[in-house]
Amino acid sequence: MQREELQRIATEHRRHLDSFPHHILVCSGLGCPQNEAIVAALKRVIAERQGEARVLVRKVGCMGLCASGPIVLVLPEEIAYQTVSPNDAADIVESLGKGPVQRLLLPPDLPFFTRQHKNVLALSGRIDPESIDDYLAAGGYAALFTALSEMRPAEVVRCIQESGLRGRGGAGYPTGLKWATVAKASGEKKYLICNGDEGDPGAFMDRSILESTPHAVLEGMIIAAYAVGARLGYIYVRAEYPLAVKRLKLAIREAERRNLLGHAICGSNVDLSLQIRLGAGAFVCGEETALIESVEGRRGLPRPRPPYPAEKGLWGCPTLINNVETYANVGPIITHGPQWFAALGTDRSKGTKVFALTGKITHTGLIEVPMGMSLREIIDDIGGGIPGGHAFKAVQTGGPSGGCIPAEHLDAPVSYESLSELGSIMGSGGMIVIDETSSMIDIVKYFMEFCMEESCGKCIPCRVGTAQIHRLLTLFQERRATAADLVQLEMLCDLVKHTSLCGLGQSAPNPALSTLRYFRQEFLDRIAPPPPAMEAQS
Amino acid sequence: MPTRVTAPPPTDDRRWKIIDQVMQRHDYRPDALIETLHAAQDAFGYLDTVTLAHIAAKLKAPPAKVFGVATFYNHFRLQPRGDHTLVVCTGTACHVKGNDRILAWMRDRHHLTPGETTPDNHLSLVEVRCVGACALAPVILTDGVLTGKKDFEETTTIIEEWLGDAT
Repeated sequence: MQREELQRIATEHRRHLDSFPHHILVCSGLGCPQNEAIVAALKRVIAERQGEARVLVRKVGCMGLCASGPIVLVLPEEIAYQTVSPNDAADIVESLGKGPVQRLLLPPDLPFFTRQHKNVLALSGRIDPESIDDYLAAGGYAALFTALSEMRPAEVVRCIQESGLRGRGGAGYPTGLKWATVAKASGEKKYLICNGDEGDPGAFMDRSILESTPHAVLEGMIIAAYAVGARLGYIYVRAEYPLAVKRLKLAIREAERRNLLGHAICGSNVDLSLQIRLGAGAFVCGEETALIESVEGRRGLPRPRPPYPAEKGLWGCPTLINNVETYANVGPIITHGPQWFAALGTDRSKGTKVFALTGKITHTGLIEVPMGMSLREIIDDIGGGIPGGHAFKAVQTGGPSGGCIPAEHLDAPVSYESLSELGSIMGSGGMIVIDETSSMIDIVKYFMEFCMEESCGKCIPCRVGTAQIHRLLTLFQERRATAADLVQLEMLCDLVKHTSLCGLGQSAPNPALSTLRYFRQEFLDRIAPPPPAMEAQS
Repeated sequence: MPTRVTAPPPTDDRRWKIIDQVMQRHDYRPDALIETLHAAQDAFGYLDTVTLAHIAAKLKAPPAKVFGVATFYNHFRLQPRGDHTLVVCTGTACHVKGNDRILAWMRDRHHLTPGETTPDNHLSLVEVRCVGACALAPVILTDGVLTGKKDFEETTTIIEEWLGDAT
């Protein structure tokens, strides 16, 4: 199928959508339960009133504010309703063209919405994730057409390099540099992998992107395949995300039918086929070399690096492996140009970042902000602060590999550098707010237990070290620790951090180290008093 | 291309066909293993030694490797589940919002710890590390139905009512 034909489909579909004066958009993500019943109720009410030609009910992706879900959006007025139930369908349909239903209304000036800057999430909650025509009508795949028809592969790589995009999976490696390495690598066969093994508990950015705009990820991958010369790609997704897997499968099938995947994509000389590989519940598989082992059908044991996957990856061939959100950033960069992207964010952390804002915070949900925004703005303004009159204690970023940042550093900007200076990491985007009711030692022990269980067992520092750190933390939790245990805890954290084979072990001590740095008193308070001195024997 | 092993299915259960099709789609290559285990677990509910041995024979993989992979990944289970399953999410957000109390309550009230099934095979308790619905924390799934944003009392009431209905 040629570009012109796809543009015709897009125009026709847009005309079809525009023929309805009213649109009712219902979030159909995992975060809005009951959405199917709401869609059914709305359709039933509309049919009863013979309004099918005037009102279009569309199920769309995540609108972000999961705390107030299920969310329904009425267009063109941009009226958002919260905690909608199927019983509200009649009122919503009745109100169309008149005033909004006041009792369901979400304030339009909520900072949660107004302070965000949506780039990756721009189409999330605006289009039907299960319709390629919706994505095309919204301008989807235009970046791919531009890349294929107006840019040579080397120009695409340069564009990504100039944008300053860095890996959104956590480590922040410059994406363009990775692409350039794979593009330059010699070898007949090259592979492409999308890392959707979002194992960090408390994070759901990739799930939401895959559920809301699966085609945006595919588009980024096809552009990447063109840039580096790969013909076969794998998308590795957690089996715990059945809805994301279902939508991704459908998206691949639809893209194949429209010749956006397969042989001679849109009349070009690019071939690419994509396959899904299901993860099976192993956190370590988020590490790129362990993920490659898993795609090859083995236990997810990391390989020593170098050689890096860009030189020797899947089946020993050069392999480009990027995170879901990284690929989703590619399309907009090609469309708007690298300067547009580089103008957003800070000096060394460009663009926007998606965060999953959860824990003890009013507006839990999915947000996207420019890099460099302060943690305080995210938590107090967008997040709406801490509920229940409790005081803020810490924000945890980066999950089991990250750290806990206390109140005195809330004015720090979110960027790879500043979070790392604070002893945490950007990570994939999980942001968990902890209030005064939680014990930091409990949180740290929780993460250490996670790392201990998820350690693959290949290298000794991680396998044994995480278990020993966990044992020490248990002593602190039960107030049985001694001053010597504190010394040993710090020594062990340092050892595991510097001698483990892969990122899991190297970063596992981070939650403990950052807590020892900012909440040391909690450890000191739990050192047991020495037993009373024995009576001197007479 | 590896030669096809003509291992017949262990029983005449038609579900073996689905599993064989998955292996066939991957030309019986070794990298089909995890995909095949997924298919087998979807078909039979769990992976027993007969299933693992059959897959090993078909893929010409050492049984030890198949067992190693099946036990490495948390998603695969080697024991059948009960008639009903309660999943308690223990991701970070759910932990902060108190799902450890639900697990403690299940232990005291129903004498179940994660991974266990009641002796009458009625209920299995499963702990998962994050289903990705963190904004709705704390999250439980009763036979796959997600419930979130409830406090401890509400959640335990929901579990009791579900158990009462699930007979």
